[in-house]
Amino acid sequence: MNIKNTESRESKPTDTPMVEIIDMHKWFGDFHVLRGIDLVVQKEERIVICGPSGSGKSTLIRCINRLEEHQRGRIIVDGVELTNNIKNIEKIRAEVGMVFQQFNLFPHLTILENLTLGPIWVRKMPKAEAEEMAMFYLEKVHIADQARKYPGQLSGGQQQRVAIARSLCMRPKLMLFDEPTSALDPEMIKEVLDVMIELAHEGMTMIVVTHEMGFARSVAHRVLFMDYGKIVEANTPEEFFDNPRNDRTKLFLSQILH
Amino acid sequence: MEQNQDHNGLKPPLSKTKVLGWIKTNLFGGIFNSILTMVTLYIIWKILPGLFRWAFIESVWSTDAKACRHALGACWSVIAQNLRFILFGFYPYDQHWRPLLCMFIFFALVLYSKNRRRWKRALAYIWVAGLLAMGSLMKGGFWNLISVESSRWGGLPLTLMLSFFGLIGAYPLGVVLALARRSRLPALKAVSVGYIEMVRGVPLISVLFMSSVVFPLFLPRGITINSILRAQVAFILFFAAYIAEVVRGGLQAVPHGQYEAADSLGLNYAQTMRLVILPQALKIVIPPTVNILITAFKDTSLVVIIALYDLLMTTKTVISNPQWMPFSVEAYIFAALIYFVFSFSMSRYSQKLEKELSVGTE
Repeated sequence: MNIKNTESRESKPTDTPMVEIIDMHKWFGDFHVLRGIDLVVQKEERIVICGPSGSGKSTLIRCINRLEEHQRGRIIVDGVELTNNIKNIEKIRAEVGMVFQQFNLFPHLTILENLTLGPIWVRKMPKAEAEEMAMFYLEKVHIADQARKYPGQLSGGQQQRVAIARSLCMRPKLMLFDEPTSALDPEMIKEVLDVMIELAHEGMTMIVVTHEMGFARSVAHRVLFMDYGKIVEANTPEEFFDNPRNDRTKLFLSQILH
Repeated sequence: MEQNQDHNGLKPPLSKTKVLGWIKTNLFGGIFNSILTMVTLYIIWKILPGLFRWAFIESVWSTDAKACRHALGACWSVIAQNLRFILFGFYPYDQHWRPLLCMFIFFALVLYSKNRRRWKRALAYIWVAGLLAMGSLMKGGFWNLISVESSRWGGLPLTLMLSFFGLIGAYPLGVVLALARRSRLPALKAVSVGYIEMVRGVPLISVLFMSSVVFPLFLPRGITINSILRAQVAFILFFAAYIAEVVRGGLQAVPHGQYEAADSLGLNYAQTMRLVILPQALKIVIPPTVNILITAFKDTSLVVIIALYDLLMTTKTVISNPQWMPFSVEAYIFAALIYFVFSFSMSRYSQKLEKELSVGTE
């Protein structure tokens, strides 16, 4: 993948934690998906998680905004611990943007309405102001001319950029990306990655589950490798790709980097 | 032939598009279809002229019952002579302008509301005002209007009233029941499931009987509840259960990702349902919902068993008059036509709505 800017990691993460995960476990029925995750993500840090399918990467980031419930350990997001308190959960979700593999735009609303829904109803922002902001973010993802269309009328790449803009409209402190380019046709992957790189330049805290290794190399501060529900290796991209320590990481890399 | 010929403006072959093409593919596409078409044409040719003669040429339109007996064709006079009773039942004869005016108001409101762009808060107020006006007009008892007890209301206004309030009562209740049935709270879910299964397990007639015979037994002495109101509530409670099941189907058809996307924006449960899930779910289930609404509209005729004079009952009353008894076919055709017009309009409108709502979503 041809990534234009290789200098995107010049910004340094801060020392204030955005997400703290302490000995977190999760089961689906009897299946132990996450087996003791410990992870601290600093503000403005960018993390790429990779690993074979079924290793628990998606489940991990879905736990961070409580789309999945963890059953042991602690998750603290922006100083608030995730418990069964629904108000806390809603508060955290409003601060944490999420981009899905399948875009999950609301098909019955126009692009503009998709973007203003959260600000108007969660942030209680006046409609005009919300629309102005929505247009700003649509410009940013280079898609402002499609504002009045419906999601079904857009290409996959365009839809995913709208989904990113929709999350940004909530002015999130953290963005989670769950395989954002996996459902896209090859020629559309770049336009989405470019938007994510621009976002990285602006210092957004990001946790990205992806197999786009070019993206990981140029944008991530840390790359995590997960296998069987554990973080097996975590390192800077240089070390991770050029000098992997764990055998499973080596095997995985040899399989995806031809 | 040139390889890279320009195909701009090339039209499909004529035989596939024009009338002849249509006839060829649809009516005479194969031996079996051709035979079927010929047989059908023959039957139509045999029946139609006779029917036409009976209904239009040899029919009488505005005679009395005696003249009807000598007519060769249909006796539409049975309708012409009894039209006001069929439409308005036992409502005082000299006051018929009141239900008539009510129906005009009602149809005006319906026609005005057809356009989806008018679905705003103001429209709800207009409806409330219109309904209040209609109610007081029917009831009377102020200014110079004499008071008319609801037991004397009947005919088409009663049918429309039962269906309309049945619809606007049962629909929201059905949605709430559907949401309750999918709730994660076990108690709520159990209540909803219990209610739906119980109601679906009994026929409508028995629910109406209960509302008119059994229910008053439980009321304290001296308190009575208007029989129309009781029937109305029975309808609402009955059809809500059916609508609930249809809506539940719609809720299940909305992809899980939609819930997750709404959650991840921080929308709460009520907002998620109202803004994201229900608009999609209810659109998906327009066809089966309209099916239930049409059924409900026609089933209002079951109120005859609790002695309410709806459209079908007034028609029956007319032909139970010995004078008019031989002309029941004509009377029933008329009643059927009225039911058909309303049911068909609902069906057409729902199709239009479906088309409008699917704009941009394939």
